[in-house]
Amino acid sequence: MSPALLKRRVTTVALSAIAVVIFLMSVFPVYWMVNSSFLPNNAIRGPEPHFWPDEFTWRNYEVVLGEGGRAPFLPALGTSITVTLLTVMIALLFAFLAALAVTRFRFRGRKSFILAILVIQMIPAEAMIVSTFRVLDGWQLLNTVAGLTFVYVATVLPFTIWTLRGFVNGVPIDLEEAAMIDGCTRTQAFWKITFPLLAPGLVATGVFAFIQAWNEFLLALVVMSRPEMMTLPVWLRTFQQATQTTNWAAIMAGSTLMAIPVIIFFLVVQGRMTSGLVAGAVKG
Amino acid sequence: MALAPSGMRTPAPPPVDGGRPDSAAAPRPRRRRRPLTPIMLLVPTTIVLLAIIGWPLLQLVIISFQEFGRPQVFGAPAPFVGLDNYADVLTDSAFWAVLSRSFLFAAVNVVLTMTLGTLVAVLMMRLTRFFRLLVSIGLLLAWAMPALTAVVVWGWMFDTQFGVINYLLSQLPGVDMIGHSWLIEPLSFFAVATVIITWQSVPFVAFTIYAGLTQVPGEVLEAAQLDGAGGLARFRLIVFPYLKSIFIVVTILQVIWDLRVFTQIYALQGIGGIREQTSTIGVYIFQTSLGTGDFGAGGAIAVILVIIMMSISIYYVRKSIQEETL
Repeated sequence: MSPALLKRRVTTVALSAIAVVIFLMSVFPVYWMVNSSFLPNNAIRGPEPHFWPDEFTWRNYEVVLGEGGRAPFLPALGTSITVTLLTVMIALLFAFLAALAVTRFRFRGRKSFILAILVIQMIPAEAMIVSTFRVLDGWQLLNTVAGLTFVYVATVLPFTIWTLRGFVNGVPIDLEEAAMIDGCTRTQAFWKITFPLLAPGLVATGVFAFIQAWNEFLLALVVMSRPEMMTLPVWLRTFQQATQTTNWAAIMAGSTLMAIPVIIFFLVVQGRMTSGLVAGAVKG
Repeated sequence: MALAPSGMRTPAPPPVDGGRPDSAAAPRPRRRRRPLTPIMLLVPTTIVLLAIIGWPLLQLVIISFQEFGRPQVFGAPAPFVGLDNYADVLTDSAFWAVLSRSFLFAAVNVVLTMTLGTLVAVLMMRLTRFFRLLVSIGLLLAWAMPALTAVVVWGWMFDTQFGVINYLLSQLPGVDMIGHSWLIEPLSFFAVATVIITWQSVPFVAFTIYAGLTQVPGEVLEAAQLDGAGGLARFRLIVFPYLKSIFIVVTILQVIWDLRVFTQIYALQGIGGIREQTSTIGVYIFQTSLGTGDFGAGGAIAVILVIIMMSISIYYVRKSIQEETL
């Protein structure tokens, strides 16, 4: 084996070892959450931690899912799913239209619009709680799916547009022009040429919108004040307070239930997303 | 109103096309018509943003010039007090403490996240397929964790009595950490917050920069290597210029997110921190408004924060307009 080859081998092994360390550090908290959720509460409150669920139990999930009482899980899940899916669909549609406008046309106010998008993104949500609450109250939209969806769409739109704008820029306008020379209308060119090429970008952007809406806590707390309208983050918070004695095992079960849909969603689109991010750009 | 609180970082802004002149991206002049189409395309977005951001924002600014406390929430008239709220806030030493704390915290987090994210991205370029997938899955899991659950889980791992971190540290010879509280002491509190935030932010930075790195033409890099450029030189002279706008965009976003971090700090305080010594600007606004009930002062602080954020990013926005020709 030549020295150069040997050196390359050693480097590969070293880099792979670093990769494993990064993997373990990234995954451990997630693993620990799931592991703790399958252990009895008295087991995880012992002098020695259990590094795998050797006293396996579903008890914590029964506590979380059962009992109804102060914090029922399933209605919160339903509300979260509805609001999240609506937000993703509406935000993607609106953002696609807006991204086309700012990338494919030159018009007065275009730069101001982009600037406004950037500026809006810097307005902290916590500053807006009170006024958002009062405005929605005036429109009878408090404690409604429509109200929270409306707020979330507005919340994710700026970044969705900003991100899609870049993706649209990555699709060469020459392709559209060629299609138009071949007899397509401008609208057809958008839908038949640009839109399919944009699919990876739409997926990536949709993931972003999904996660934002699914995880959002503060605005949900303010807009959905009735217990039966809670979303999952608000539910987790309520649940944590409801189990006063810090039943960590049950809290971990609740956290797992909330995190799992996001994680699955992420892993499902992962392949499309990374290859999409790469393929989305023009080579040469 | 971008919440982007916290851990949730977005998918990559896509690679920027390599210096294509702006005119090429615009419709050719011969096809220029009256610009009705773009306006129509912007109508839905504009309506939503005006109704849910613009209108409440206007109300917020008005509130910041009013005496607006609990009675006003329930309908009492709110008298205008001019700049009183601003004067009160700006002469309050607690405000300045919170502000400098936020800046310091954000600076540490942004630098840490960007450095680690870039290193991971460079590493991913050099890994074999299997290990790259391994790292991707790990990063995705961390990224996918909802911010609130992440804080809850890390809070459990850092638990004083039964936390796994205290246990593991105690396995080291001569170390006994059982019963050590990580959250009582402010510096340690922020160290924990930094761990949580970095853990959740690095994936976004790493994936974004990795996506950018794959766009750097291999031929150019090879040519540079043949000409004798080392790894660092190639990164500085070829890769970085290619990725400059990605770096700028990602850094802006990190600054914005970390400067007004809310969920992590707020939830960690709930698990066991001392509020007065650990509040960042976002939490402080929340406490002043909803905790104390002084919406006027809270509004003033919010407006000040918005102005700070804008002045920070306007600089970058200008720069990126110059470089990228939006």
